Amino acid sequence: MNFNFINLQPYSNPQYFIYLMIALIPIILGLYFGHRFKTYEAIFSIVFLFLIFDGSHWQQGVNLLIWLVYEFILTFAYQYYRHHGKNKTWVFSLAVILAIIPLAAVKYLTAFPDNSIGFVIGFLGISYVTFKTVQVIMEMRDGAIKKVDPVTYARFLLFFPTISSGPIDRYRRFKKDYEKVPTRDAYITDLQYAVRYLFQGFLYKFVIGWFFGTYWLPKITASALVVGNANGGLKLSWWVLAYMYCYSMYLFFDFAGYSLFAVSISYFMGIHTPMNFNKPFISKNIKDFWNRWHMTLSFWFRDYIYMRFSFFAMKKKLFKNRIRLSQVSYFLLFLIQGFWHGLTWYYIVYGIFHASAICINDMWLRFKGKHKKQIPSNKFTEWFAIFLTFNVVCFSFLIFSGFLSQLWFGWK
Amino acid sequence: MDTKQGVLDILNDLTGEDLSDQMDENIFDNGLMDSMASVQMLLSLQEKFDIDVPVSEFKRAEWDTPNKIVAKVESLENE
Repeated sequence: MNFNFINLQPYSNPQYFIYLMIALIPIILGLYFGHRFKTYEAIFSIVFLFLIFDGSHWQQGVNLLIWLVYEFILTFAYQYYRHHGKNKTWVFSLAVILAIIPLAAVKYLTAFPDNSIGFVIGFLGISYVTFKTVQVIMEMRDGAIKKVDPVTYARFLLFFPTISSGPIDRYRRFKKDYEKVPTRDAYITDLQYAVRYLFQGFLYKFVIGWFFGTYWLPKITASALVVGNANGGLKLSWWVLAYMYCYSMYLFFDFAGYSLFAVSISYFMGIHTPMNFNKPFISKNIKDFWNRWHMTLSFWFRDYIYMRFSFFAMKKKLFKNRIRLSQVSYFLLFLIQGFWHGLTWYYIVYGIFHASAICINDMWLRFKGKHKKQIPSNKFTEWFAIFLTFNVVCFSFLIFSGFLSQLWFGWK
Repeated sequence: MDTKQGVLDILNDLTGEDLSDQMDENIFDNGLMDSMASVQMLLSLQEKFDIDVPVSEFKRAEWDTPNKIVAKVESLENE
């Protein structure tokens, strides 16, 4: 079954932005004159969501609706439970597990070869909406969120500029923006940022990202495969190194560009969706890198997995040694992140690689702290640290890309 | 008990440094604190001041200098 509707994937081509800007005009004028047209915003969002999930993608749309009903029942059942003054750990754990089950099932089922399952699995952006739901349940557990407003919750989960790939906002932050109308001065500043981010996004995604990803990467891939197969053994060549840098650049500019679009459209709507990237390639160590790369995801993992697990483990005194605990937490975090990327060896290895890197980084920082006087620190060591971090990161992206799997085993 | 001194004692245990002369220093930017240290700080604050600080309420930007931590603890004590 297929409907003959036009289907528009978010930010995929220039026409999309033309439609989007026309549809945004009433919202922009409204905010400029001090009104937030919530009904128009809702219609606008539903139309653009419909355009993502109609036509050939209609089955995903159905999956999204089923998912939404399910998570709504879960969230409000948990809220009902919390309002009765109860806060058992097992109920909380059950709620989190139930919230994650659809995503886990999708990750599991998509690990099978194409078409071996007779139906369409999941929908675009299921990860990001799941992260938002889990966050709300966790903050209800803590009492930080007392009452979830169903309409705001739906708007938060389905906020269309960020639905497909983030950035991942926080419920309490979103609600604050959504409920107020910015002053004219503040909104003019928002518009300036919105325009700047939009054009920066064009440059990143459609120009620089295109050169790395569409223009160079296929050529480098072909050469690396040909030369690698001729060499035999581990099939390594300088082309693999070229692939590593080219893919890393592509990954950054494509995703940062996409994120800039999402933030830009949010700003047009007077919503300060958080930024996802902050010059990740000038990081001076791996820890610094994770504070700059895909920030809303890494902060989500930091706040809802790493810190919560550490807090729990420290309170229950599960580990004698704080250093050991931090290492266990890092492995937990990065393994979960690896599995979340997909059930494939290179995503898991990517997780283990980053967990190891960050533990080694911590060891070095402790060593450096103890030997402050002996270890030189100057412009050269700073540049060297950035250079080293950059290469470690690019190597991790080579693992992440799955190219090694393609080179060695012929599949990705 | 003096809140400021109590907070400084906890920070001293965690970072190995007396921060009394750098009350407005960003202790995350200069590498003295990280996520693990902040978890430990929250637990120590709960024990010492008998306040409840859920992890959800921990936003780095609101806890990143000794002065801000003191202010946070004082506001939570008065709740």
